[in-house]
Amino acid sequence: MLMSHRQAVKVTAHASATLAVVALLMLNIQAHAAEYKVGILLPFSGVYAGLGSHIENGFNLGLEHYAKDLGADSIVTIKADTEANPGSSLAKTKKMILQDKADALVGLVSSAVLGAVRNFVHQSGVPLVIANAGNINATGKDCSENIIRVSFSNAQITRPMGTWMAQQGIKKVYLMAPDYAAGHQMMEAFRSTFVAGGGTIIGEAYPPLKGTKDYGPFLTAAKAAKPDAIFTFFAGGAAIAFVKQYAQFGINKEIPLYGAGFLTSAAYVHVQGQAADGVTGSLHYFPGLDTKENHAFQAAYKAKFSGKTGSEFAVAGYDAARLLAEAIKAAAGDKAKFKSALSKVSFTGPRGPLKIDPKTHNVVQNIYVFKNEFINGKIEQRVLATIANVQDEPNGCVM
Amino acid sequence: MLTDGGFWLVQILNSLQLAMLLFLLSVGLTVIFGLLNFVNLAHGSLYALGALCSYSIVQLTGSMWWAYVLAPIAVCLVGALLYITIIDRMRAAGPLRQVLVTFGLLFMLTDAQRFIWGTDQLGVSGTPFAHSLSIAGQTYPAYRLFIIAVGLVVFVALHLLLEYTRLGREVRAAVDDAETASCMGVNVQRTFFMVFLVGCALAGLAGAVALPAFSAEAGMGVAILVPTLVIVVVGGLGSFKGAFVGSLLIGTTLTFGQVWFPQFAGVLMYALLVVVLLFKPAGLLPARSAAGS
Repeated sequence: MLMSHRQAVKVTAHASATLAVVALLMLNIQAHAAEYKVGILLPFSGVYAGLGSHIENGFNLGLEHYAKDLGADSIVTIKADTEANPGSSLAKTKKMILQDKADALVGLVSSAVLGAVRNFVHQSGVPLVIANAGNINATGKDCSENIIRVSFSNAQITRPMGTWMAQQGIKKVYLMAPDYAAGHQMMEAFRSTFVAGGGTIIGEAYPPLKGTKDYGPFLTAAKAAKPDAIFTFFAGGAAIAFVKQYAQFGINKEIPLYGAGFLTSAAYVHVQGQAADGVTGSLHYFPGLDTKENHAFQAAYKAKFSGKTGSEFAVAGYDAARLLAEAIKAAAGDKAKFKSALSKVSFTGPRGPLKIDPKTHNVVQNIYVFKNEFINGKIEQRVLATIANVQDEPNGCVM
Repeated sequence: MLTDGGFWLVQILNSLQLAMLLFLLSVGLTVIFGLLNFVNLAHGSLYALGALCSYSIVQLTGSMWWAYVLAPIAVCLVGALLYITIIDRMRAAGPLRQVLVTFGLLFMLTDAQRFIWGTDQLGVSGTPFAHSLSIAGQTYPAYRLFIIAVGLVVFVALHLLLEYTRLGREVRAAVDDAETASCMGVNVQRTFFMVFLVGCALAGLAGAVALPAFSAEAGMGVAILVPTLVIVVVGGLGSFKGAFVGSLLIGTTLTFGQVWFPQFAGVLMYALLVVVLLFKPAGLLPARSAAGS
């Protein structure tokens, strides 16, 4: 049957009305779909560039795994190079917040850079997820409801180690760390629990952070003090030099070396090689963890980044991406809810169970004591102890 | 610690090793200083250049031995370029302008090195003497003994060069009184140039020797420049033996100072400088005879 002209007009009118309703409905859905702009603040040049690339790799892998099922929401990222430069980092942070209207910031390797941007972030109301910088004050006396740390605090790494080493019957320890905030914070946290556990600190040395390449004089003095063990914190190029020289001076044959696990990080333990044999570290993550989450992470990381091992820095980036994605899902398109959702996220990732402490916004996580063993021409890392759910005291933090 | 013989032995070896590294740097600087009355602050960056060139040479050839030979030559060539383009022109300028120009040069060279080699610490592996030796029951890295040996060999070689060759006699004469030496038929210009090149080569050698032990990075030349300048002043401007004695003094002060008075290690060095200048204003072993100066 052919439609009359009038009928045809009527059908068309109905159809367009329906379409209009559908369009309206879609608009309504659009209003609930949010696009989150995430500003990545990492060192892509300068002394920390290596760590920056580890964190970025981990972050990108985390987005791939957890940000693909955000429903109507989406994440776009913008990047800025913090170098190790507090001044220019503050300017770049301001630009991200004021001009680019970022909904969240993520990154920060250097605690000096963190110190420079802290006040501005605190006042701006934009949440910042710290993916490395470990200064205890950032989740202590200078804490902020906008600042959430998914990596670690300096004290969190070494405090459990003081207790553990005292329990192992180690009585006399010599401390050594570079002369800057992180070095002192790591050593003080160790001292507090080691002395409480019945141990004694029989000596300590703090070589200058910059310019010290020769640890020989310090090592000779440490050896002469005849401690049961030497406990240290060194990272990056300094860690490579320190561990190698420790072995060259033959001290590893007489006095075992302990430290914050950055000493033999997966990022460079292969460069230290045999010199790292026997070194024991404490850290929130090491690649040898035998859990299904970690195996899955390492397999995916190796596949994506040409066979490289995912370090603790990569895991911090990976978990930061997951934290953002989980908070976006929980907020269901409501950006106002997103910020409060960030500190309520908890999950089990490559490093084990992880949650954000509501009192300080620092991460609560396991600390692993692991030992390096040189077997068949390469270093293997074996866990000696797991200290579960290590949580910092508020240390003067008032939200 | 004080009664532990092993501590003293190893710490003295550490002092010697640092002293020899400082000697390789300061001997070039002091002779240039004494001969040309020229303050070359860029000398520190030539040291860094030696280490960085060595790194690249090891990457290319796979052998540190090539680096010991080629890095000083490479640094020497850069030094020659600097001499011809800048330093020769600045010789007549006063010390203030010289300091400003070479200070600027130091930063330019350091930034150029950052541009070429990046800012990471660069280390090499598979280098000679990587094992450790046992000396009187103490384990000591063999490579550090090698550094001490290189320093001593250079000292003896320079001593022979200065005492028994024509160039050496010309250098001594020109340091003592350049004008008279020139009147006696010494080609002072040529002597200056030769000495400058030897100084650059030694700075390059110091960098090459330092690389396997302490790795290399752009900017390492700025840090070592300060103790080197102190050695030049303590030893006596232009004095070859003064540089040797000064290096031993400063190397020992720095090594023991940073262990016993870690906060004051730098201050101790300057305190030593002040004491020496109070009692021996011309340095411990002045090069010029009293009548000449």
